[in-house]
Amino acid sequence: MLDFFAKLDRRWIFLLMFLAVAIPILFQVRFPETPTPLAKAVFDAIENLPDGSKILLPFDFDPASEGELGPMATAFVVHCAEKHHKMYFIALWPVGPQMIQDEIQKVIKEDFPNLVYGVDYVNLGFKPGNEGVIKVIATDLRQLYTTDDKGTNVDRIPMMHGIRSVQDFDLVVNVSAGYPGTKEWVQYAATPYKIKLVAGCTGVQAPLLYPYIPDQLPGLLGAIKGAAEYEKLVVERYHLESNPKYLEGRRRMGPQLVAHLLMISLIVAGNVILFAQRRREKRR
Amino acid sequence: MTRERLIWTVLLVAAALWLGVRVTQTGMGSVYVQDLGNATVPASAWDGMAGTARLSVSRTVGVWVAAIFTLAIASFLYRDNPFYKIAEAVVVGVSAAYWMVIGLWATLVPNLFGKLFPGWIHSWSMPGLSPVREAYSILYFVPLLLGVLLLMRLSPKGSWIARWPLAFIIGTTAGIRLVGFIQADFLSQINSSIVPLVVVESGRFDLHATLGNLMMVIGVLACLVYFFFSVEHKGVMGGISRVGIWFLMITFGAAFGYTVMGRIALLAIRLEFLFDDWLWLIDPTGVRPPM
Repeated sequence: MLDFFAKLDRRWIFLLMFLAVAIPILFQVRFPETPTPLAKAVFDAIENLPDGSKILLPFDFDPASEGELGPMATAFVVHCAEKHHKMYFIALWPVGPQMIQDEIQKVIKEDFPNLVYGVDYVNLGFKPGNEGVIKVIATDLRQLYTTDDKGTNVDRIPMMHGIRSVQDFDLVVNVSAGYPGTKEWVQYAATPYKIKLVAGCTGVQAPLLYPYIPDQLPGLLGAIKGAAEYEKLVVERYHLESNPKYLEGRRRMGPQLVAHLLMISLIVAGNVILFAQRRREKRR
Repeated sequence: MTRERLIWTVLLVAAALWLGVRVTQTGMGSVYVQDLGNATVPASAWDGMAGTARLSVSRTVGVWVAAIFTLAIASFLYRDNPFYKIAEAVVVGVSAAYWMVIGLWATLVPNLFGKLFPGWIHSWSMPGLSPVREAYSILYFVPLLLGVLLLMRLSPKGSWIARWPLAFIIGTTAGIRLVGFIQADFLSQINSSIVPLVVVESGRFDLHATLGNLMMVIGVLACLVYFFFSVEHKGVMGGISRVGIWFLMITFGAAFGYTVMGRIALLAIRLEFLFDDWLWLIDPTGVRPPM
């Protein structure tokens, strides 16, 4: 028995993990979420601003991490739209503009058709240069952003009047999948210019960003768990429970729980097998 | 035919038959769109049935290609195979091509040619850019020259010339990053680590915050001692460094937990795509009539 488990083909583990994720998806399993102080801090940062505040939304992710970051990006946009904040979208990742466009279509065009492009929201598109872009626009936005994503001169966009640099925004809300992302926003904007920044990031990044909390980064949504908590706060505050597209984060927490239970079981089983094998070898 | 090949053949034929039946019965994998003036927007299958939306062939093909490529990539978990290799090669090729196009239209045209020849770029490709030449636009010949020198790497005899622009890139990047790290990571992190060990809020002792600060300071000091190799880790130093190891292990454990969460989320979204958009087995957003 011990030898059977010790030499078990890893593909059986893959199959188990597939079932652990697939079954909760097929049966739409959901669990309650309790928001943590970090998720509340992100929510409060947007909620406590006066209506019509200027929010910069750098969407620094791509389709590869959309599953993890898409729900929080959706929640950020709907929260800003409900608060009538002015949304300025930018991207430091080349596929970022498509992610922005998806959110604009999914949230603004479908549920907030009264919002006007150029007045209530603008997509300034992608700029190459990684942290160099942040360093430049922290003091002079127009040096790099002369047009929006469609090629319209920013001087012809009403909501761009009076925006000279990132320091003119009331808040920066970053969605980050890696480099360049939240770390660079902390290093080149939030720390040197005391710009208020909150973020949502992938699970891989989250532990690296914790040291910046709370002085340099007042709020952080870590992976799909953070998204689900923030989503709950937004949905309850604005009564969006009936719209399933605003419940994506919570929906994706079902497979998380079952898969994590499987992972823990496998780690415990692996250790038990290891120690049992050692004991057997000692007896010999 | 080996036993394994026979089993796989039977499974694939059964899957193909099941897909065929579902396509004819339910129309699974179809994508509908609505034409609104000059824009085409996604629509639900409800709209398609009501006749207010039309079937989008290109988007339907996109869903099927995405599903087949997802399965091809996932097949690597069983064993390396030609389907995985094809999907991998397509991803690499498409990504490289996408980067080339983005590099041209997001960098070279607006940031270089748009500065050197503003009138031409304004009339030819980007009417949003200003047609007026900047005062010192001639300076943009420097990055143009550096860019050309970088391409000399492709020349067998002149490849050494590429080291000059490369040295410029490495130097400027190191300079920019050094300042960022010193300010945001080194100095700010020291500043954040200097906290009161006994927290009193509004005249009341705050046990939670006090314990939190104590743990943080002990953790930072213990981890620093672990990485301090000038003194042998024996006695008191050995004990403190062992505490540091515990803190590091807990940190690695938290990082591993977060990584697992991220990877499971990625698997979940792919499976959700397969079950929802492709196979129509689930409908979490209520865009289709009940099957």
